[in-house]
Amino acid sequence: MYVAVKGGEAAIDAAHAQLAARRRGDPDLAALTVAQIRDQMALAVARIMAEGSLYDPDLAALALKQAWGDVAEAIFLVRAYRTTLPRLAVTRPLDTAAMAVQRRVSATFKDLPGGQVLGPTFDYTHRLIDFALAAEHGEDASNPPPSAEEPLDAAMPRIADILDTDGLIEPETDADDPDPDAPVPDLTRAPLTFPAGRALRLQALARGDEGFLLSLAYSSQRGHGTTHPFAGEIRMGTVEVEIIPEDLGFPVTIGVVTVTECQMVNQFQGSRTAPPQFTRGYGLVFGFAERKAMAMALVDRALRAPDLGEAVVAPVQDEEFVLSHLDVVEASGFVQHLKLPHYVDFQAELDAVRRMRRAASGEGASS
Amino acid sequence: MASAAPSPDPDTAARQRWMRVLSLAPVDRLEAAWRDVSDPPVPRTARPPEIGTAMVTGRAGGTGARFNLGEMTLTRCAVAIDGADGATRVGHGAVAGRASRHAELAALFDALLQDPARRDELTKAVIEPLAAFLEERRCDESRQAAASRVDFFTMVRGE
Repeated sequence: MYVAVKGGEAAIDAAHAQLAARRRGDPDLAALTVAQIRDQMALAVARIMAEGSLYDPDLAALALKQAWGDVAEAIFLVRAYRTTLPRLAVTRPLDTAAMAVQRRVSATFKDLPGGQVLGPTFDYTHRLIDFALAAEHGEDASNPPPSAEEPLDAAMPRIADILDTDGLIEPETDADDPDPDAPVPDLTRAPLTFPAGRALRLQALARGDEGFLLSLAYSSQRGHGTTHPFAGEIRMGTVEVEIIPEDLGFPVTIGVVTVTECQMVNQFQGSRTAPPQFTRGYGLVFGFAERKAMAMALVDRALRAPDLGEAVVAPVQDEEFVLSHLDVVEASGFVQHLKLPHYVDFQAELDAVRRMRRAASGEGASS
Repeated sequence: MASAAPSPDPDTAARQRWMRVLSLAPVDRLEAAWRDVSDPPVPRTARPPEIGTAMVTGRAGGTGARFNLGEMTLTRCAVAIDGADGATRVGHGAVAGRASRHAELAALFDALLQDPARRDELTKAVIEPLAAFLEERRCDESRQAAASRVDFFTMVRGE
């Protein structure tokens, strides 16, 4: 418990002024523009959009600027802003098969239709600091990447679509969605209850803290909740978004979003009701966010343990544990609330400890 | 794949095509095209630009049951334009982002394009060049991606 504390207004004003000055940094250096942050810190911007659960690159870049580069704080700003906006529409489900692919790799099939497309990846870089970037004019913008004669194949089948035809992988179809007009459960509109089900889990994972999900995914790979995953496919690119405006009654395209999708393929021994086959974990994240999408897919699969008749033996398989602790705004708020005044609580505990010590020493004297 | 997608009548299909182009086009190009509209109409605001969100949905595994991925910002707007034939046509704009002017321009062109007296000229002068620009941009990006496609070859070892 903490009690309201008055006073300190002048100190708070001064603290805010300090924060503003420190955020701005050396006034002799040019201030960053939002456009520079949006374009040149695009992966930080992507993380803010994913965990802020609001796709708007300019807004996320502005939040990062305001937050002095603190991504978690920027996510909080975006979440707070989101609550001020009316929800005007629900989009039609993204068709990731129709993605304008910028990157697409599979660790399960070398020669998959459409090919392996590396795109703008850190993979195969040597992770050596490039001091040329520190030079004032070290960057040559006049050196564009090469282009092939032909664009990518129009058809880029998803890995599951390839395995699906042989029945070797569990199917996922819109038959899983018996009433296509029914609203999708939404954790921003109703408090979470357990069991939450996969739709709410995927929503929570998509906006969950990347670090937490990464560690959980890692724990499952190391044996805490055994999985045998393969990265069936990872793809990144832009997808057109459609809504059906009430006034029109037909779908219209409103724009594009960049997303990263990961299909994990897991070995499954089979159960009384299901034959041995591959099962699936799914990751879908706003922006270019491959690490997050892969972690999400691993955790999604692990959380399906009860549905697949597997024993729940590890944290990563425990829906209530994972969903209760994956949100960076909630976690940050609860940890950091400890710095708020707890003077009365602490005074009470101090008194209690003193009483216990007196009692203990009194007993010691009488024995 | 998705629900509520009966095949649209030809007029609706044409309108969906131009609304898509208007949403995806860069706003400065729309602004320039608006300046070039001959005999500019006097539009009335039917619904002023409103900024809100759309909840983006995905499907588990890409093809399964729907789930909420997260929201995106969305601006919508509606304008009414009286045609030379005396009919009033309402144009709608719904575009990603906090983009009042973009939504407004999309709505203005949507209203004008519904007017049979203007449609062919505007399609030729505005929509087709923008569609070509978007397709060229998509193709350029795809060709860049294709340059990083891996060509595997197998090393024959031994002898």
